[in-house]
Amino acid sequence: MGVEGIGARVARKEDKRFLTGKGRYTDDMSVPGMKYACFVRSPHAHAKILSIDVSAAKVMPGVIDVLDGHQLQADGIGNLICGWMIHSKDGSPMKMGAWRPLAYETVRYVGDAIAIVVADSSGQARDAAEAVVIEFDELPAVTEALTALEGGSPQIHPEAPGNLIFDWQIGEADATDKAIASAAHVTEIEIRNNRLSPNPMEPRATLGIYDASEDHYTCYTTSQNPHVARLVMSAFYNVAPENKLRVIAPDVGGGFGSKIYIYPEEIVCLWASKKTGVPVKWTSDRTEAFLTDAHGRDHVSQVKMAFDANNRITALKVDTVANLGAYMSLFSSAVPTYLYATLLSGQYAIPAIHANVRTVYTNTVPVDAYRGAGRPEATYLLERTMETAARELGVSPAELRRVNFIRSFPYQTPVIMNYDAGDYEASLNAAMQAADWAGFETRRAAAAAKGMKRGIGMSCYIEACGIAPSAAVGSLGAGVGLWESAEVRVNAVGTIEVLTGSHSHGQGHETTFAQLVAGRLGVPLDSINIVHGDTDKVQMGMGTYGSRSGAVGMSAVVKALDKVEAKAKKIAAHLMEADEQDIVIENGELKIAGTDKTLPWFQVALAAYTAHNLPAGMEPGLKETAFYDPSNFTFPAGCYIAEVEIDPETGKTEIVQFVAADDFGNIINPMIVEGQVHGGLAQGIGQALLENVQYDRDTGQLLTASFMDYAMPRADDLPSFTLSHQNTPCPGNPLGIKGCGEAGAIGSPPALINAITDAIGHNRMTMPATPMKVWHALQATH
Amino acid sequence: MYATSYHRASSVDEAVSLRGTAEDGKYLAGGMTLISTMKQRLAAPSDLIDLRHISQLAGISVEGRTVRIGAATRHADVASSQAIRAVCPAICDLASHIGDPHVRQMGTIGGSVANNDPAADYPSAVLGLGATVVTNQRSIPADDYFTGLFETALEEREILTAIVFEAPEKAGYAKFANPASRYAMTGVFVAKTAGGVRVAVTGAGAGGVFRHAGMEQALSAQWSPDALNAVAVDPSNLMTDMHADADYRANLIKVMAKRAVAKAG
Amino acid sequence: MTTVTLTVNGRAVSGECEDRMLLVDFIRVKLGLTGTHVGCDTTQCGSCVIHMDGLSVKSCSILAVQASGSAITTIEGLSAQGEMHPVQAAFKEHHGLQCGFCTPGMVMTAVDMINRRGGSLTEEVVRTELEGNICRCTGYHNIVKAVLSADAEMAAGRQAAE
Repeated sequence: MGVEGIGARVARKEDKRFLTGKGRYTDDMSVPGMKYACFVRSPHAHAKILSIDVSAAKVMPGVIDVLDGHQLQADGIGNLICGWMIHSKDGSPMKMGAWRPLAYETVRYVGDAIAIVVADSSGQARDAAEAVVIEFDELPAVTEALTALEGGSPQIHPEAPGNLIFDWQIGEADATDKAIASAAHVTEIEIRNNRLSPNPMEPRATLGIYDASEDHYTCYTTSQNPHVARLVMSAFYNVAPENKLRVIAPDVGGGFGSKIYIYPEEIVCLWASKKTGVPVKWTSDRTEAFLTDAHGRDHVSQVKMAFDANNRITALKVDTVANLGAYMSLFSSAVPTYLYATLLSGQYAIPAIHANVRTVYTNTVPVDAYRGAGRPEATYLLERTMETAARELGVSPAELRRVNFIRSFPYQTPVIMNYDAGDYEASLNAAMQAADWAGFETRRAAAAAKGMKRGIGMSCYIEACGIAPSAAVGSLGAGVGLWESAEVRVNAVGTIEVLTGSHSHGQGHETTFAQLVAGRLGVPLDSINIVHGDTDKVQMGMGTYGSRSGAVGMSAVVKALDKVEAKAKKIAAHLMEADEQDIVIENGELKIAGTDKTLPWFQVALAAYTAHNLPAGMEPGLKETAFYDPSNFTFPAGCYIAEVEIDPETGKTEIVQFVAADDFGNIINPMIVEGQVHGGLAQGIGQALLENVQYDRDTGQLLTASFMDYAMPRADDLPSFTLSHQNTPCPGNPLGIKGCGEAGAIGSPPALINAITDAIGHNRMTMPATPMKVWHALQATH
Repeated sequence: MYATSYHRASSVDEAVSLRGTAEDGKYLAGGMTLISTMKQRLAAPSDLIDLRHISQLAGISVEGRTVRIGAATRHADVASSQAIRAVCPAICDLASHIGDPHVRQMGTIGGSVANNDPAADYPSAVLGLGATVVTNQRSIPADDYFTGLFETALEEREILTAIVFEAPEKAGYAKFANPASRYAMTGVFVAKTAGGVRVAVTGAGAGGVFRHAGMEQALSAQWSPDALNAVAVDPSNLMTDMHADADYRANLIKVMAKRAVAKAG
Repeated sequence: MTTVTLTVNGRAVSGECEDRMLLVDFIRVKLGLTGTHVGCDTTQCGSCVIHMDGLSVKSCSILAVQASGSAITTIEGLSAQGEMHPVQAAFKEHHGLQCGFCTPGMVMTAVDMINRRGGSLTEEVVRTELEGNICRCTGYHNIVKAVLSADAEMAAGRQAAE
């Protein structure tokens, strides 16, 4: 470990600009002639559009133009797509209804975009948006997935009879049923995973710029994956060919999944810029974000877990219904299938697993990946079930987990995944020790003496990161490959630019990617710049989500660095008249091993560019590109323990300690990894205690449309966290790293609910465990 | 926000006259509620008359046990007033928990009491202390002032100029914050005043802030948290929303009342 | 249209704007100081916190005309060009920021907090004082650490100066 290399706790290179107000986010962008957009949105959850009258709006002060979906359609702009094909168990393809960027026939959720107003100021645009007159024929709405499946429910898309998108299964049904029939004990439970709004602090925004002289489009946008945005907008939405479209995702203020997708606004602002001849900027407000950003979770599952007489799990049967909202968002179909059911083995050796998943249309905003995406749902289901089973079987929760842990690797689960490495007991032991699990009953008694109810709960999670390999995901229905690209450009003076298709929106790539290079070459961190987020600069990339930037994005940098080093060694060997095999790179120098003959890094770089004295036939320059396609997922895992104290008079839960023990494989920058865990924990704790998207069941109106009603975790809701890391390096990638971005959000909710149900003395609790719900639950035991 | 016209008044008279000429004017104090409401286009006053620069509305005075808080006094100033703390620390405590530090450095007691948000803190103190709401026209006893959700006895152009009260023998405030908005989901102000015990509840009543007779009787008989054990809180006139149903609020009223009494000592 | 006159980061500025223009929009759009952010519509998230006449306020809930005549400090004016205030330095040292969007509001809040309660901050006090600022990235853990560290350092600085 060097001072600045892999493993070092380096302060972030990007911090100063954020701390001094010099960060540049999409809404900060301003170009000459820029105008402001406001979208006219549906006030109804479900309605036919009878007419759209923009005449009054068009003559409002400051208005440039008002455009609607008829014009968009006439210009050949395509519908939004879902990029992952899932087939139902009867072999039929998923039933995808049309999602128009601007609706003109039917609106299907409150917030569905209908028209765009472009005006001199955002206030004027909004004034005019209110003057657009739309005649609706209101239709009945349905917001809950189980209700939407019932006969007689409102039909949302003609393509999907009964609102069923697909009815999919994984695993062996017969073997699972047989094992359940002959089990010594079967734990049955209904699991609900509450619906969440991602809420990155930066609301979505986009600036569309059309240059008629070049017939060229530029799109500034709040995206986690600008290249995918360009690809999809070109190939499917017909906005512009890729060579005529530049997508820039500058500083992005958090994503958590919600900024993966290409939303109607990017498409419409680009198109509107061409129609109006002015650059068009749109910035979401928070209520618009609640109404239109893709939500997460929203599952209801029935679970049966079978045990033999020795408390070993013999089978798991899961029947899940997932609410996908009004339209199929970009990765929506993959989340409750391949990102969820494939993790249902958890950390346990389970001989038979069967999961059935039905996905359903409702009159709510589309649901897609949110931090963890499928894996929090799987973990919550499994770990609540394990806790329940331990209580039913009368064994300690740790003991039940220990007897069922997978202990040898690689391990093939019955649900596709092949776990490559792990030591689950190490994390369990570390967490229990850090939490002083053994001393809990004393603390419980002390709390009881002052009238408080203490509880403790654990959760052992596993997740799959760095979704891969491309050929495998392709065979499962993915519309894209899931590799990453990198380019390492050594300048003539030896400074280095690393271009990556990964995107940083808080993760600290500008530091960690540079640490990798600094460590490899021994050059100062300051001499390395990381370039990302611009399709005109970086050739191609798949972006950042699913904790893939380290395992996949940095592995691509490693491959490019290998090539750069190989060439640099050839040059150095030539210049020093040595054998290429004898050259080593250390401390910013190329050196003949075992001698004191060295060449500074910058001199080799200079030689590559002057090209005065290169090996025969060598091309000048020192710049290499690589694409890395992983051979497998990575499998971070760990154990979380929550200890809570409930005030029985108010039902308020205080987290008295939260312990996280994670195995992320090798770690590039422990400080940044810890930060990722902290943030994930806060979101998981938010799900468990505070956050819940609620629609009015009858009208389909969103009841939680601002921070007034949607409870975001604040500083005084949370404790400081106790973290530790265990390490079984990932054998599948050159750096041995697994990914850390989502673990906190995946592992924490069941730990909290297990602790709360332990404190209240019965198992009836759903998320979020609000003070009111906990208070009512406590009355039930009296 | 819809278009509006801003006017800065330098005296109460000027403010009243500006309001008189406005088509649909509103007085603006700290603006912590009004501007937020206007941003969401839920209010659209044609004119805003800013009262923040009127010196007559500023200042805290404590003479003997009579406390006068000028309408333009910010929550942070009440919270940190040593003069008030010496005679009635409960209202300082209440002010120190309104909104957040930034809101407390803009928001004013006059604005809060004039707006009478059913989940605001101050109305419970004004009612619980039996304070007098002083305006440019008259003095209104607290019992006559709060008339419903966002409704008060203030007339169209009338300006709230100060809150005046006699420091109670004992007082305390306890609130349970809404997990999302942090407004009072239930807040109870208890006071042992010269005129008897008063218990005022905010955040819970379907009709806004209200006094609870049963608790007042129980505390008159015996000033202690335990005196409230036997008091029944009827949920039938309480609010139900997604965060708290009426039964839960009824429970919170009792629990917060007991805690307020305990704080009062 | 009304003329708004302010002292911003020590410099006198004035500009014409609609009466309905919010102070945060005046700062961002008219003055081009885009370090102050907007993260909600309901006066809750604190991304827009600035100092007005020395006190932290939410610039999203104040009209520009309302602020006319006052002295404003934004994140850009907290420290001299190229330097960092001790609070900014502590946020960097303790990794008190990730995406950076809430950060200017957090820093301005922390400075105000230390101005008012410096030397007496505890973890509990800091968490309570942060009630008006929402961060979605950090779980607040390192923000709390950074504020406590800056407070200790500034208190030591004051002591040394005495």
